This record gives sequence, C-alpha cells and structure tokens, in this order.
Amino acid sequence: MDDTQQKRPFLFLFLVVLAVAFLSPILIVLMNSFKGKFFISDAPFVFPNSDTYVGLENYTSGIQKINFFSAFGMSLFITIGAVSLIVFFTSMTGWYLTRVKTKWASALFYMFVFSMIVPFQMVMFTMTKTANVIGLDNPIGILIIYLGFGSGLSVFLFSGFVKSIPLEIEEAVMIDGGGPPQMFFKVILPILKPIAITVAILNVMWVWNDYLLPYLIIGTEYKTIPIAVQYLKGGYGSIDMGAMMAMLVLAIIPIVIFYLFCQKYIIEGVVAGAVKG
Amino acid sequence: MQKMIQKYFALFALPTLIAFTLAFVVPFIMGIYLSFTQFTTVNDATWVGLDNYIKAFSDKDFLNALWFTARFTIVSVVLINVFAFLIALLLTKKVLGTNVFRTIFFMPNLIGGIVLGYIWQLIFNGILYKFDVTLTNDPAYGFWGLVILMNWQLIGYMMIIYIAGIQNVPKEQLEAAKIDGATNWVILRKIILPLVMPSITICLFLSISNSFKLFDQNLALTAGAPSKQTAMLALDIFNTFYGKTGFEGVGQAKAVMFFLMVGIIVIVQLAITRRKEIEN
Repeated sequence: MDDTQQKRPFLFLFLVVLAVAFLSPILIVLMNSFKGKFFISDAPFVFPNSDTYVGLENYTSGIQKINFFSAFGMSLFITIGAVSLIVFFTSMTGWYLTRVKTKWASALFYMFVFSMIVPFQMVMFTMTKTANVIGLDNPIGILIIYLGFGSGLSVFLFSGFVKSIPLEIEEAVMIDGGGPPQMFFKVILPILKPIAITVAILNVMWVWNDYLLPYLIIGTEYKTIPIAVQYLKGGYGSIDMGAMMAMLVLAIIPIVIFYLFCQKYIIEGVVAGAVKG
Repeated sequence: MQKMIQKYFALFALPTLIAFTLAFVVPFIMGIYLSFTQFTTVNDATWVGLDNYIKAFSDKDFLNALWFTARFTIVSVVLINVFAFLIALLLTKKVLGTNVFRTIFFMPNLIGGIVLGYIWQLIFNGILYKFDVTLTNDPAYGFWGLVILMNWQLIGYMMIIYIAGIQNVPKEQLEAAKIDGATNWVILRKIILPLVMPSITICLFLSISNSFKLFDQNLALTAGAPSKQTAMLALDIFNTFYGKTGFEGVGQAKAVMFFLMVGIIVIVQLAITRRKEIEN
C-alpha cells in the first residue's frame, strides 16, 4: 500500500543510467589520457588499442610541459593560506560586528553584504593595479587579496551563526574576569566550529578552482593548476591533446580525493552555506 | 559588555577591514570613477563623462554578448532547476543507493571551470567530428555546449539544496493528503512546492548569478569563437580590457553596467520569490 515500501527496479535502473551518464565525461578523459596525441580528437569514444596506447607518456610530457608539480604546490599553498586567513580573521570580524551594535559596525556589516553581489569583473582591473602598486602581486600578497575579496560571504555566514549564540555565555566569561580576546578564543571559537567548516569548504572550492584572479595578480610568474591547464592551450598553436588529457586527469584527482574524504562535510557545508546565504 | 568588545576593534575587525579595503573598497570606488575617464594605466585618467558608456552601447560585440548571456542564463537556469528538482524528488523516495547517487551527481560541481571546459570540448568535438564540423563552426554549438556543461556542473549542487528542502516537508502532512485521496500531482503542487519555496529562492539565486557571471567555462570551451559570437559578458569585458589598448575606460564602463545588471536581476528575483515564500 505505502509506496515507500515498494521496490522500484525501474527507478533504480534509471538512476544507474543517469549516474553513468554523469560520470562518463570524466571516464572518457581518463581513457583518452592513455592514447597517443593524434588518436584523441578524431575518436575520443574509442578505447585505446595496441596502436594507440602509449602508457604514461602523456603524463610525463604534460607534467614537464606545464611544470605540473610546481603548479600543484602553488595551488595547495594559496588555497591553504587563503582559507586559513579567511576563517581566522572573518570569524573574529563576524563576531565583533554582531556583538558591537553601533552605527559604524552595522554600516560596515552592510558593506560586506553588498560586496557579495559585486561581480569580479567590476573590480578586476583596478584590483590588479592596486595589488601591483602596493606589492601584493606575489604568492603571499595574493592571500591578503583573497581575504579581502572573500570576506563578504564569510563575515555574513559567521555573523548569522553568532546571532544564535546566547549572550549569557559571554556574560559568564566576563564575570569570571575574562576579557574579549579570552572570551572569543576560548569560548566562542569552539562554538563556531560547524560554521567554520562550512566557510572553509566553500572557500576551498572557490580558491582551488579560481582562474582569473590568480592569473591577473601573479599569473606571469606563478601558475596555479587552472592557469597551468589553460597555459597548455597556448597562443595560436594547436593543443597537445595527449598532454591535455593527462593534465585534466591530474587536475581532477586531488578534488576527487578531497571529496571522498570530506564528502559529508562538503555536502552539509554547501547546504548550510546556501540556506544561510 | 559591548563597550569592552568595542575596544578591541584593532584585533577583531581591523585586519579583515584592511584587506577588504585594499581588495574591494578601493578598487570598487576607483572602478566607478574610471568608467567616466579615459586611461591606460590608472594614473593618466582624463574625464570624458558618459563617453565610455556610449561607446560600450555602440559596440556590437558587447550587445551580442549581452544577448547571448541573457539567452544562456534563461535557458540554463530553467533546465538546471527543473532537472535538479526532479532528481531530488526521485532521490527522496526510498531507492537503493540514494547516497551513492547523490555523491556522483554532486561531484562535477567541485571541478573548476577551466578543466570542465576542456573536458566538454573533447566530448562535443568528438561528436561533431562525425558530422565534419567542430564546436566553433556555429555559435549555436557553443551555446548548447555551454548549456549542457552548466547543467552537468550545477544540477548536483541544486539537487542537494532541493533534497534538503524536500526532506523538511512534514511526513504527517503527506500521509494525511494521501489518505484524503490526493493525487501525486496535487501533493506536489499544493504541499511540496509551497514548502520548498525557500530552496527555490536559493537555487534560482545561485543558478542565475553563476550563469550570468560565467567566465572560466566560456573561456575554455570556445573562448568566444567563432569571431566572438559565443563570448558572454564577463569574457567580453575581459577582452575589452586586455585585448584592445585604449579601450580600458570602455571596459570599465561595461564592468559597471555588468555589476548593475547582476545587482538588479538578483534583487528583483529575491524580492519576487521571497514574496511567494511569505504568501505560502
């Protein structure tokens, strides 16, 4: 009677087909990464055979061409650095702006919210110039740019969470003689952990995959993975399809590993970020 | 207590504020000012009034990008949300392996736009090769290519949000409706849809702003080819800044209009769907 009790073989089968369709683009790239570069564009849906199979040749040539491991290291450094700065500083700011109820604090808060709807292209040119002038156009400086440009959403999410923390907790700390720094780092920060995970996940997804901002700020000297992949396309020359396939696979692997390990947090984080944002 | 916290402005708020000022406030204000000037390096700006805006609107590439972006946003937002909602409905039924399916459908979302663009370039060119054409032969290929790519990327994301919304619908209410003999269609229209309205608001917001602002995928898949006909607004602005010297002011004027369009669209959409939420 109750249709939740029924087995649904057709629905299940349909979902399996859909899942295969969803995965196939990645599998096709993986398959082609083992084929010689002249056998890819014409017949991407054909399995490698004894004529077209080249083993790991595409991987070794691609890694050399774009210096993949240095790009990987740069991506890792910028992502970890930027996300740590964002979580550390915007959690403090989100708490401060929610607890201090002055005109200035709320004006500042609304400026952060406002920045969330401004597209990157609006500040693209002037931000790059500013970074050049004040010397933020290096792998350390770009972390500050990320903190600044990413602070809107993060302050907003932290602030929303702080509103749900009862003031009594902070008052109790004060009665015990603790000042605001102690109050925040010993008591509030641990309470903020769930939203801090959400903020971290959303920012990792942004910074790791970001192309244009790092390209404009540090792209001439330093390459992150997306910049390195785009670089493979080069100017007007033709693309080495073999190397491209191999590098696409290498670009995807870290994300898949990250996803499989933190899947629960990622999905919860996305839902929490969306519902509160 | 507020007074005590207030004294620690330099510790709690100042670092973020400095970074925010450097990376956002100053570039934003400078950007608005520069859109009324002619410049090549920011320091040599001379006031030209609305000249850049007039030039932007007489630029065929810009108008074409605007039209392309508008059509792309409408088509992909509708398709993404319809598919995401339908899959969410299926996955909230008791089927074997819902978690595995959810994991798979969400995964494309984590892959960056540049990588996504090249993955799909391979696939589309592979299919089109059989018809002796490539992705850049006809702007229609690029258009539908981007729509498919965007669906592949965002369906899983929106699905996750819809699933959370559907799971919040009280079971008792669904069972009561069934006992009263309501058809599935009526249950969907009268109970599920009104209750997932908040999810719809968010998903529309995310899919509209992501589609309208699309850059990386556009650059990697077609880079605007053939002859800039598949360039969206963000790419056209980039090309104006970095492709033609002497047009930096026009690029900045386009960027200001781009910002205003994003702002207006997002605010109107939020106002409409939020009102629907309250009506329910």
